[in-house]
Amino acid sequence: MTQFTFMDILRNLLIATEWTVILSLVSFIGGGLLGLLLLFMRIGKSRVLPPVVKIYTELFQGTPLLMQLFLAFFGLGLFGIDVPPWLAAGLALVLWTAAFLVEIWRGCVEAIPKGQWEASASLGMSYVEQMRHIILPQALKVAIPPTVGFSVQVVKGTALTSIIGFTELSKAGTVLTNATFQPFTVYGLVALIYFALCFPLSQVARLLERKMNVAHRH
Amino acid sequence: MNYQFDFAWLATYWPVFVDGIAMTIRLIVVGGVVGISLGTFCAWSRALGPAWLKPAVVTYVELIRNTPFMIQLFFIFFGLPAAGFRLTEVEAATLAMVINLGAYSAEIIRAGIEATPKGQFEAGASLAMSPIQTFRHVVLIPALQKIWPALASQVVIVMLGSAVVSQIAVEDLTYAANFVQSRTFRAFEAYFISTAIYLGLAMLLRFALLRLGHVLFPHKRAAR
Repeated sequence: MTQFTFMDILRNLLIATEWTVILSLVSFIGGGLLGLLLLFMRIGKSRVLPPVVKIYTELFQGTPLLMQLFLAFFGLGLFGIDVPPWLAAGLALVLWTAAFLVEIWRGCVEAIPKGQWEASASLGMSYVEQMRHIILPQALKVAIPPTVGFSVQVVKGTALTSIIGFTELSKAGTVLTNATFQPFTVYGLVALIYFALCFPLSQVARLLERKMNVAHRH
Repeated sequence: MNYQFDFAWLATYWPVFVDGIAMTIRLIVVGGVVGISLGTFCAWSRALGPAWLKPAVVTYVELIRNTPFMIQLFFIFFGLPAAGFRLTEVEAATLAMVINLGAYSAEIIRAGIEATPKGQFEAGASLAMSPIQTFRHVVLIPALQKIWPALASQVVIVMLGSAVVSQIAVEDLTYAANFVQSRTFRAFEAYFISTAIYLGLAMLLRFALLRLGHVLFPHKRAAR
């Protein structure tokens, strides 16, 4: 029977943290790319696509992430494939992240004054040119603080993937609790590690927001 | 895909879902009322409370906002008994939801309070109102009215997040889905049904809260 010292617990948790970070990055980058694609569909001039994207975001924002993970896990299984937890976790988190990012970014694009659209149209720019040169560069500036802020939600969201069997920080916490019978220490440490990951992101988001508000006042 | 969808089990198992829905609603009603009260208290402490209370509130809010709800729940349910503080599953789930919503609503309500012009405080004081009276009548009510939609969204988010309490064996809607799938092996169908119910609950809760906002804070715009 091996005894776990405090350092053993911490070391094992930190190893698992790597997977939390990797899954967060994959979800955030994947969700960002999908979100960008959905954004173009959402604000485009098509008649069909915007409502479709709207329903998509309503569905993902109106249901628990845990249910989405379960449905991804068992839904992929319906196709007769043996679904590894990382695949279901990654898929659900990417779809979920995209649903939130597209709404955040839509707000940023809509915050651009209408005159900017009209001015660029009067210069004979096409829709794509307007987006590329006029709208997106300005919207991007507004979008950075809330996007960084949302990354905190993504990191916290990855904790749920432990329930479908993906081994990351939370799962390691559960396993270590079962091995050491020290839930107070283990979950306390797990919480602190999440805090160490999320707090800097929150602070950066807040700082950027304040900086932008100051810039707007002048 | 050769899968045959089968919802026939619903005839036998629908009462399990009804019980689960009842528990989920119970949790969010208690968690919502107490959580928003806690949030209001925290917002008051940060705006007007004694100096020693402010750092404690800031620490609490930041700790909760930067850690996952599931870990808060596990810490309360599994961790605290080791420190001599034992709770039942439902108590632990309710407490976790209260603490979680308290931190988020504190920030939302604080934003509403900060949007109150300073002259309002002074006007209240000049009418010989005590600081508490000024806070209640002049600052808090208009602040809550302003941020009510954001608060409603946060309550819905906490309700959806409460799916995790099934992990400590609270018999909520997610627990019902887990139970049914373990009996019928119809995992996808069970989670599909419960997801649809969650969506309905979220829409209903949002609607109810916005209506409640109209009742609690009737518009007095004409008085301006």
